[in-house]
Amino acid sequence: MSRLAIAFAADRPALVAFVTAGDPTPAATPAILDALVAGGADVIELGMPFTDPMADGPAIQAANIRSLAAGTTTADILALAADFRARHPQVALVLMGYANPMLRRGADWFAAAAHQAGVDGVICVDIPPEEDDALGPQLRAAGVDLVRLATPTTDEARLPQVLGGASGFVYYVSVAGITGLQQAAQSSIEAAVARLKQHCDLPIAVGFGVRTPEQAAAIARVADGVVVGSAIVELVARDGADAPAAVTAYVRTLADAVASARKVPA
Amino acid sequence: MNAPNSYTTQPDDRGHFGAFGGRYVAETLMPLILDLEREYRAAKADPAFQAQFDDLLEHYVGRPSPLYFAERLTEALRVGAPEGMGAEVWFKRDELNHTGAHKINNTIGQILLAIRMGKTRIIAETGAGQHGVATATVCARFGLPCVVYMGAKDVERQQPNVFRMKLLGAEVRAVTSGAQTLKDAMNEGLRDWVANVHDTFYIIGTSAGPAPYPELVRDFQSVIGREARAQMLARTGRLPDLLVAAIGGGSNAIGLFHPFLDDPEVAMLGVEAAGHGLDKDHAASLAGGFPGVLHGNKTYLLQDADGQITEGHSISAGLDYPGIGPEHAWLRDIGRVEYDSATDTEALDAFQLLCRTEGIIPALEPSHAIAAVARRARTMRRDQVILANLCGRGDKDIFTVADALGVAI
Repeated sequence: MSRLAIAFAADRPALVAFVTAGDPTPAATPAILDALVAGGADVIELGMPFTDPMADGPAIQAANIRSLAAGTTTADILALAADFRARHPQVALVLMGYANPMLRRGADWFAAAAHQAGVDGVICVDIPPEEDDALGPQLRAAGVDLVRLATPTTDEARLPQVLGGASGFVYYVSVAGITGLQQAAQSSIEAAVARLKQHCDLPIAVGFGVRTPEQAAAIARVADGVVVGSAIVELVARDGADAPAAVTAYVRTLADAVASARKVPA
Repeated sequence: MNAPNSYTTQPDDRGHFGAFGGRYVAETLMPLILDLEREYRAAKADPAFQAQFDDLLEHYVGRPSPLYFAERLTEALRVGAPEGMGAEVWFKRDELNHTGAHKINNTIGQILLAIRMGKTRIIAETGAGQHGVATATVCARFGLPCVVYMGAKDVERQQPNVFRMKLLGAEVRAVTSGAQTLKDAMNEGLRDWVANVHDTFYIIGTSAGPAPYPELVRDFQSVIGREARAQMLARTGRLPDLLVAAIGGGSNAIGLFHPFLDDPEVAMLGVEAAGHGLDKDHAASLAGGFPGVLHGNKTYLLQDADGQITEGHSISAGLDYPGIGPEHAWLRDIGRVEYDSATDTEALDAFQLLCRTEGIIPALEPSHAIAAVARRARTMRRDQVILANLCGRGDKDIFTVADALGVAI
């Protein structure tokens, strides 16, 4: 079983925690990743910084800029992933980012490098199923999961195509918008997860705008996982290299809330 | 590479021009893009849509724009040319359009599409402000609210166009993220769109972005080339030997080139902005970039070894975009169109040359094309014909030019 499959197979919902690699510096990232694990995160989403993060809100945009200003390179990100894998052999690790940095040296190169660094899955914001050829086959060949995004605008007709090449888990983007701003109504999340479940057997993680333990618990009652990003990134923005203590404390409140939520039988 | 039977059958049904183009957008936008494509196909086949588009171009924009033989410029370029050399220079006068540039051809087409789709709110990005003004103009004409995203640096540099947009009733939002220029304005446009998909239409200003934008912008701008082709045949009984147009994203160029692509005797030259020089800061994505993915399409981009996008520089704010429309990327790779560049200094010289020889103040964008025309005319025979697109007028640029020439106004 892959690490992602194990993370989602636990008898409680999974907490997926996002930070941007190299924010505020590549040297500061390992301690922040360790803080996520210490707080109880089940899956780590490591954001690959990009100059033009057009699906992200102000918090993650700023994190991208801080990281790039600190000189973070693709080699740094892969080294951070490989080091994380060495420290945490069991914790699932997913790279999330935009197509251009992933494709720059060729999709085969990136897929092989991600695999070699111990990365379990990749989320690429701007490669929809229509452009799957650009990266999907290469990731699958390298044994790296391609995590697909479903959104409120993904209609019934598109779902089979969206879910077709997906593996690892499905990331349900609960609001039509950018990261970190508003949260979706609980009722719409429930309906969306139920609809996705009709079309696939993969775990469904729900994200965008999740900030409080109460929100996380509510989602955890209906979904297999909860994704929290901007709220963690804001702690890194506030505390910089000193963020680990606050990050662990905050992630702990989320993890406790998620763990205490009853998982609905499939 | 084998030449295709026709150069006008692109893109394919996935929005690809050869290896370029496509629909690299977030899933939230994907259904919208597909909707837009369906609606565009229907509109393209609808004579009523075409008739309304043509009517507005004629009576609101002022088309057809003239085809003009630049006699004094031609003579000036023959001075010092080798014996028998010095091609005739003709201009397609799209700077005479309402709002002063070719941009309005496209915004008319897209706002008609928006209305057809029942959208009630318009957004756009702008660099120098020309596309923003053209969008604000059609929004005023059709009574739709308009939000224009503009990099904070550009807002500062282009105050007259900011005021024009406001006069036309648009809200101009200064973008402070990233490098605060055109590409960041486009990011912000995409962010707005993704959050307002139910009622908002995004009028993209150049022949780039996710499919179907490169195709539909090209189609709306192709009125330039269709008119020019018919006018040239009517006036001279022949086709031009060389077409020349400036390229930022490439919409005026593809608009001129496309109707001539299957005329093998017509050569074409796209002129990128070489800024301070191709070995320094510039905005020449084909000359100095590599294929990559940005703003919904695969194309040549100015970027570093890790795929981070770098800033373009040009004296012309309309050309300093780090990418280029995907159809140009394809036409370059298959060799149908040649691409060259002109520096800030060459463009400034060409700007002044046209002012003095023809009594026309061109925008800095077509000044790059004119710089290339000046180089090429001397290498072509006197009986040959160059047709260049004068895609914008220079009123907006007089402050920039004065500054570059060290003149206080």
